[in-house]
Formats: sequence, C-alpha cells, structure tokens
Amino acid sequence: MPGHRSTRELQNLEVAAANGLLHRRAFLTSGAAFAAAVTGYTLADTVGAQELTDAPWSRKQGTLVQGYGAPSSYEKHVARTLSNPKGEPRTQHGRTPHHLLHGTITPNALHFVISHSGDPDIDPAQHKLAIHGLVRRPLVFTLDTLARYPMVSRMAFVECGGNSAPLFSNEPLQASIQAIHGLISCSEWTGVMLSTLLEETGIDPKAKWVVAEGADSLALSRSVPIAKALDDAMVALYQNGERIMPGNGYPMRLLLPGWEGNMNVKYLRRLKLVDQPAMTYYEARTYTAILPGGKAYQFYFVQEVKSFITHPSPGLRLSGPGFYEISGIAYSGNGRIAKVMVSADGGRTWAQAALQEPVLPKAFTRFRVPWRWDGGPVVLQSRAWDEGGNAQPTRAELVARRGQTPKPVTNPLAFPGTHYNGPSSWAVDKAGEVRNVYA
Amino acid sequence: MSTRETAFTIHEPQSPRDTEAIKRKSLCFGVSVARGSAIVLALATLTSSVALAQGQIGTPAAPNLGTPASEAEIAAWDISILPDGTGLPPGSGTPEQGGKIFATKCALCHGPEAKGGTAAALIGGRPLTDGIDTPKTIANFWPYATTLFDFTRRAMPWQAPRTLTNEEVYALTAYLLSLNKIIGPSDVMNAQTLPNVRMPNRDGFIPRFPERMP
Repeated sequence: MPGHRSTRELQNLEVAAANGLLHRRAFLTSGAAFAAAVTGYTLADTVGAQELTDAPWSRKQGTLVQGYGAPSSYEKHVARTLSNPKGEPRTQHGRTPHHLLHGTITPNALHFVISHSGDPDIDPAQHKLAIHGLVRRPLVFTLDTLARYPMVSRMAFVECGGNSAPLFSNEPLQASIQAIHGLISCSEWTGVMLSTLLEETGIDPKAKWVVAEGADSLALSRSVPIAKALDDAMVALYQNGERIMPGNGYPMRLLLPGWEGNMNVKYLRRLKLVDQPAMTYYEARTYTAILPGGKAYQFYFVQEVKSFITHPSPGLRLSGPGFYEISGIAYSGNGRIAKVMVSADGGRTWAQAALQEPVLPKAFTRFRVPWRWDGGPVVLQSRAWDEGGNAQPTRAELVARRGQTPKPVTNPLAFPGTHYNGPSSWAVDKAGEVRNVYA
Repeated sequence: MSTRETAFTIHEPQSPRDTEAIKRKSLCFGVSVARGSAIVLALATLTSSVALAQGQIGTPAAPNLGTPASEAEIAAWDISILPDGTGLPPGSGTPEQGGKIFATKCALCHGPEAKGGTAAALIGGRPLTDGIDTPKTIANFWPYATTLFDFTRRAMPWQAPRTLTNEEVYALTAYLLSLNKIIGPSDVMNAQTLPNVRMPNRDGFIPRFPERMP
C-alpha cells in the first residue's frame, strides 16, 4: 500500500497549505524518507504484501527483440480514446491519456490527433511544398531538399483550440481527464525554420499573411500572420526524433509554437503569401469563440496559459490515505511558465509547486507538490502564471468574460466552446474516487 | 538507396535546374557580388558554435535547393480564394442549377434541401445570443460568402473532393446562399457578384488579440 509508508516522516515536514499540501522542497530536504514512497494512484485494487517469490518470467528466456518496439503487453490500456473508430464521414479525434503519462514528452503513438477526413497515405518521395504568391520567386521543395537545410529542434506543445471545451458546461460534466484535456500533447519537433525558406523566396512588402494548405483530402487551409511565419514558425519533419506520425502530418507539417493546433497545418504542401487573410472555413467558422453578447472572437491564435493536475485526476483512483505526489502539466503559448500554485481546498489556500527543469517556452512544464491525504474529501486545483505576467484565470473570471453553456453539456466529446483556459478542479471523495467539479 | 536517406548522400545534378541551383549555392559560399553582405553575415553566424547550439542559424545561409517554379506551374494547386474575390475562377451558377446538383451530390449527407442528415444542416440558424454553444451556420455566422465557394471546392463532396467543376461550385454556392435568403432565388453567382454578397454576420467578429493582427 504505497499510500501508507512514510506517514511518520511526513508529519515532520512543513505543511504548505490546507488538506495536506506539503512544501515543494520536501523531497530535497528529506529525500531519503521519500525514496520508497512512490505515487500510489491506481486503476485497480492494490495487491497486498505477500511472500517474495521468483516469478515465472524470471526463470525463462524472454521474448525476441522487435524491429520497432511496442510497449509492454501490460500497458495496453495506455491508448488514445477514439471518437470515430469506424471512420464515418466526419472528424476523428484521438485523445492523449494524460493520467497515464508522466514527464513532458508525449509518445508519438499517443500524441493527440484530430483528423477531419482521415490521414492521407503520403509517399514522401512525391510530396512537394510550394511557396508562392507575394514572393520574389516561387519555389518548390521536396522532402529530400528540405532535409539538407539547416535544422532546428525545439520542444513545443500542440493544443487543439477546442481542448478542455467540456469545462464550458454550466454544470460539471463527469468524464475522464482524457476526454476533458486530451487534445494537447508535447513533442520535440525538428525541421527547417520557415524564415530560412522565405529568405530564399523573398517576400513582397505587400505580403501580410501566409495561407498554409495541407495535402489531405480537405486541403485544410489556414491563414497565418507573416510576423509569426518569420518569428518561430517551422516546417517540421521530425517528431521526437523520428519522422512525423501520419496522424500528426507526415511527412511535414507547419509548426507554430504556442498557437492554435489547427493552424499547425499537417501534410503541408503549399504556402501562399497574400495581403489579406483567406477567411478559410476553419478560421471563419470553426475555431472562433461565440461570446455571451453574440459577437465572436476570431483569429484567437494563442493558446493561453493553462494548467491541470494529471495525478490524481478523473480516471484515476487513490488507493488509500497517505502520501501522494500531486503532479500536472502547465504551459503557455506566450512563453515560459513562471509559477504554478496548487490548492487542496478548492482554492482557499495555496502551495507553490516545484517546476521540473528545464522550463521551456511554449512547451509542457511538469509541476509537482508532495501531498499527504488524510482520507477526507478535498478539492484539488492548479493555476499557472507565465513569464509575460499572464495568469490562468479563475473559472469565475473566465465565465464572466467568455460565458458558459445555458444548459449542462452531456456529451464529453462535444465542443460547446473553444479556448478554455480556466482551472480544473478535481474532487477526491473518501473512497478515493476523483470527480470533475467547479470550485 | 532509399529516398529517405538522401539528406547526406551526394547530390548528383540531374537537370539543368539542379545544376543551376548548385551554381547558385557555390556562388553564395564564394561570397557573391549580389548578396555579399548577407553572405558574410551568414558565414559569421555559421562559425559561431554558440549560435548553432541555440538554433539561431542565420537565415541567409541560403542552401538554395528549392526548384524555381512559375505561378503557371503552381496554378493547379492554387485554390485559395480571398474575401475580396482574388482567386475566384471564371464561370457562374444560379440557385436553381445548384439545387439540382445538391440533390445528386450533397443531399446524401446534408439531407434533402440541406436540412441535415449524417452531416450538418446548411439552412437556418438560431440567434448567436442563444448561447456560446449555438451551432454556427451560414445564415447566422459565416462572415464571407467566398468561404463557401472556397471550402466547397476544396473539400466537397466528402468522398470525392475537388471533383466539382467551377460552374458547379458557383451554382451550389448560389443555392445555399439563396436557401438561407441571403441572395435572391434568381441571383447569379460569379467572380464579380460573390465577393459583393453581404453576409448577415459580417460585423460580428472581434480579433482576440488585435495587436497580433497584421
């Protein structure tokens, strides 16, 4: 029972906030006491102590090494959830299981995918990228030629503009964190800076936007301000060291660090420099946000500062009172995370979380707080601040500005709004069950 | 050798264009007259290991490996339509023509008379003040009629995108605009008339971060 081990040592540690939140440096000052106290979140009942024996797998030869590895057969539940597994003629969503992952890098096979018409099966030898429009000379690049350009690697999250949308419901909807926050992932992306390619095409001073288009059946298209294209936009070729997964844009995608996922056009085949936004379907309609008065935000661009606790979270269960590490993800499309605060009493008292180094701009920052759960009901919540001084709003602040649905949302896969960056509040009851609540 | 391993293989010139590209590249690294100062800057940047480590490779490094192409060569891919009408092709269509095309090519998913089926209805729409989750429709939301032409041409029909003729796309656009009472039942849509259609919700938008708008 991992939850029971270190209670005595823990009692000597500084309490940082109500309901058992401990000082974030507890591990540093008293590390040995915690060495055995790994996190105790479970998906099933914990097996009790028993006499140690040599297991069968320790007494025979193991399996063959595979050419391309796959996780342990015991990890099959660690998978994306699929909204449209039969591929009916509508969008497919695959959501990342954040409650079953740790660290800051999303494995490629678990990176979230939104595929509006399926993933095209692109022959990389025949794929081309054309850059044209208001340029000095239009150019066409093959994958081979792009692979010879100076490359850059950077960590960056990609987040769907509709991630966390269930939290716009006027009453808390019960769903796993995978349903609520599964449309964001973080990878190391490697590719050619778009500015490098635009240097070669030249830019007509009249160009204000770049219209990006994919080679998928919808030829999905979005308009990007030229300033972003010249700032940190990348034509990404690799994801966590390997070629980009088909669902994430193989063989190349536009990467706009920190900006709305849909703008990071997958299967990138064309960039046209123009003097006005194209008002494509996805920017004129889908990724807009209706406001309470009936007007709508458009060109939201930035995925604003946000955080959520992944451990524990809906989808996990606590196995009993005692020690746990609260852990979660914070990020901001405006830069680095500066601070994350965690509450165990629904936002009345707060403890500052430890941030895992390195804290990188526009990338996941893992935060952690040691916690001694006394077994009573608590409400866990996190809030983040970024280096630009932007604060993750309280839910009340967000609702005052952005509104909430007039009726409760019942379908966790629906998108009642876009760009929710308020907090998530997880209530833990006496049985260790975790539920989504508003606090 | 696999095409996926060519980044570090020797590039054999295969066409006059390739040869030209390599010549340009040689010129660049020989500090050409045309781009002299920029190239000097590039070389200085490239020799700085600190800059390399931080990913700040100077943009004028100019590998120059892209193949020059004329707009005529790119034309078949260039399907972008801008709100002012830029990119709209020749052709025209009426609501009546569009209704017939809709029945055969669109109603399977969008339902008869666009009232909805497995895919969304394309007619009507509630006031946006009904709530932040009000379905966004052509009638209550779309700010530009050109978007309708652009999306229909690039993405529809679902099973066979980019098979509609420009005439058919104009006709379907006219049909949907007429169905939603945005244009009259006999109005003709073409490259001149479509950009002039005033959508009801044209002024219903606010940029989230005005300072980031070009």
